[in-house]
Amino acid sequence: MDVSQFCSATRLFIVAGKGGVGKTTVTATIAQMAADAALTALIIEVEGKSGIGNVFGRRDQLTYEEVDLSAAGGSGRGRVRGRTLTPDDALLEYLVEHGMKRVSKRLASSGALDVVSTAVPGIKDILVLGKVKALERANAADLLVLDAPAAGHAVTFLTSAKGLLDAARVGPIRTQAQDVVDLLADPDRCQVVLVTLPEETPVNEVIETAYKLEDQVGIKLGPLVINGVYPPLDGLDADPIDVARQAGVTLSADQARSLRDAAAFRSHRQELQAEQLRRLDEALPLPQIRLPFLFTPEVGPAELSVLAEAMAEQVARLP
Amino acid sequence: MSENLSRIVGERSVVVCCGSGGVGKTTTAATLAVEAARQGRRACVVTIDPAKRLADALGLDGLSNTPGRVAGDWPGELDALMLDTKSTFDALVTRYAASPEQAEGILANRVYRNMSGALSGTQEYMAMEKLHELATSGAYDLIVIDTPPTRNALDFLDAPRRLTRFLDNRVFKLLMMPTRAYMKAVSLATQTFLRTISKVVGGEVVADAVAFFHAFEGMEQGFRERADDVSRLLQASSTAFVLVTSPRRDAVEEAEFFADQLQEAGIDVDALVVNRLHPSFGNAEAPEGLGDLGRNLRDFRSIAEREEQHFQDLASRIAPAPVARVPFLVGDVHDLEGLGLVGRHLFGD
Repeated sequence: MDVSQFCSATRLFIVAGKGGVGKTTVTATIAQMAADAALTALIIEVEGKSGIGNVFGRRDQLTYEEVDLSAAGGSGRGRVRGRTLTPDDALLEYLVEHGMKRVSKRLASSGALDVVSTAVPGIKDILVLGKVKALERANAADLLVLDAPAAGHAVTFLTSAKGLLDAARVGPIRTQAQDVVDLLADPDRCQVVLVTLPEETPVNEVIETAYKLEDQVGIKLGPLVINGVYPPLDGLDADPIDVARQAGVTLSADQARSLRDAAAFRSHRQELQAEQLRRLDEALPLPQIRLPFLFTPEVGPAELSVLAEAMAEQVARLP
Repeated sequence: MSENLSRIVGERSVVVCCGSGGVGKTTTAATLAVEAARQGRRACVVTIDPAKRLADALGLDGLSNTPGRVAGDWPGELDALMLDTKSTFDALVTRYAASPEQAEGILANRVYRNMSGALSGTQEYMAMEKLHELATSGAYDLIVIDTPPTRNALDFLDAPRRLTRFLDNRVFKLLMMPTRAYMKAVSLATQTFLRTISKVVGGEVVADAVAFFHAFEGMEQGFRERADDVSRLLQASSTAFVLVTSPRRDAVEEAEFFADQLQEAGIDVDALVVNRLHPSFGNAEAPEGLGDLGRNLRDFRSIAEREEQHFQDLASRIAPAPVARVPFLVGDVHDLEGLGLVGRHLFGD
């Protein structure tokens, strides 16, 4: 599949996964891949704190005002922009738009919002998703990439609209909930990209999340992104002493042991990963995009472009 | 270094494990509790959301909200429980209500029923309540508590006070007044404000909320006293805070943020546990010209070194608190043997 076609299949991509699996990295990777394909991507961050700026080499946090995250002097290709969209922001905007600017401050400061959001669980999620829907409708960018709250909460986040339809029988909030349900259920407008690691617990969790989202939200699931897959390396089984002899290199006993231990460790981890990848294959009928483990504890612009390229290559091979 | 962590587990009466999601917090908490049992103490670990196989290993069937014994080859005792937010809250309401009728009224209220899932911090609050309940039971020498993966340390330090603040909401207090007093006390602005809320979310929501505050009337004081107790317990010198992280940049940044907030609250971090470190396989120089074998060793050396640098700032900020390093293990930890392996890294042999 053509990369720009993939990125334009739905305007909204929701990236979801458990904490620690690299959800933010994948959000950035999708956006960067789209920009590389001459599209404009808008990253939306809903928790008010994320490392997305770091990934693009910026030190500052995203704000409610959109910022351009692309490297300065982009080469005439697409752009990546980013912004936050927290429930408080969304509420304020909602009130202003509905002619209630006067009470908006009081509502925020009196704690009444806490009471209301407890009485109507999910109201905060609806406010956020409602605003996302407005951005989608306004064609705010070629694609919107939403960095969803960590899984567990991701399911709640995406099911709250349905729940609210049952709770609120009338009023503008109900209308908004209906709009959000319509958006989430429309495979031409929205898809969820689930992110996981090739390890036992994250695999269990992503399988569970995938089925819940399909059953409870009826949302379209895009390809599954598996982060941190060891790139295949040949020759790990070779005996370091033999290899050194052939290469005319002299090894100390310590060096030979280090080489052997490192090779054994990697082979073993690769086997474990392969087993988890097989489990995913069997449990989830979704195309997989495997992002390489980059042997660095941080993702910056250089790593991001490697990941975006790896993703684009695999997207191109999708049917 | 690792002796200090061993002493913390051997001497303190509460250990709070905190950190962001996916860094091995639950495993760390369980390992600390096992070590206490190995030292002959009566220990209990409270977990929030253990991976299923670890839960099975600890004998947690997923429903139990009361401690269950974990059998093991140690001189002490080890109990484990998985926090069930809703039943903890229900039990609290039942115990502190003035009458069974009041308890029933609260338990049936829609706002209350939504609360366990929706009021931000309810899970943190119940974790702290559970801690308090276990601590005052006198059944344990040490309670290790695994906290929800919270961004904000204040979310659980402050959790016990949230409910009382919620119950104190002035706007809804006014709603509960008899009509005449209400008309006097409520300004025109407030009336407009309440009408607005009704308009947006529907009148029944407001009615539910009012019923909720009615149901809770008279119980605030008990909750407030309890919140003070929990705060004191967390600030006590017999309570230790163990910060858990992985060496990835985002996790370390969250851990730093956490450490800052604990510091602001006047609480020291007593130990840092860094999980999922890549091994560096000795320190013999990695030779060139050996193809993939050499490249593989250099890859691990490079990431191990950068990971180490990553948490140096954090380590020096919390100094002299010890730092315990746990390397990437070959497989997931899901039994007592696996916990024993983690323990060897945390405490030495």
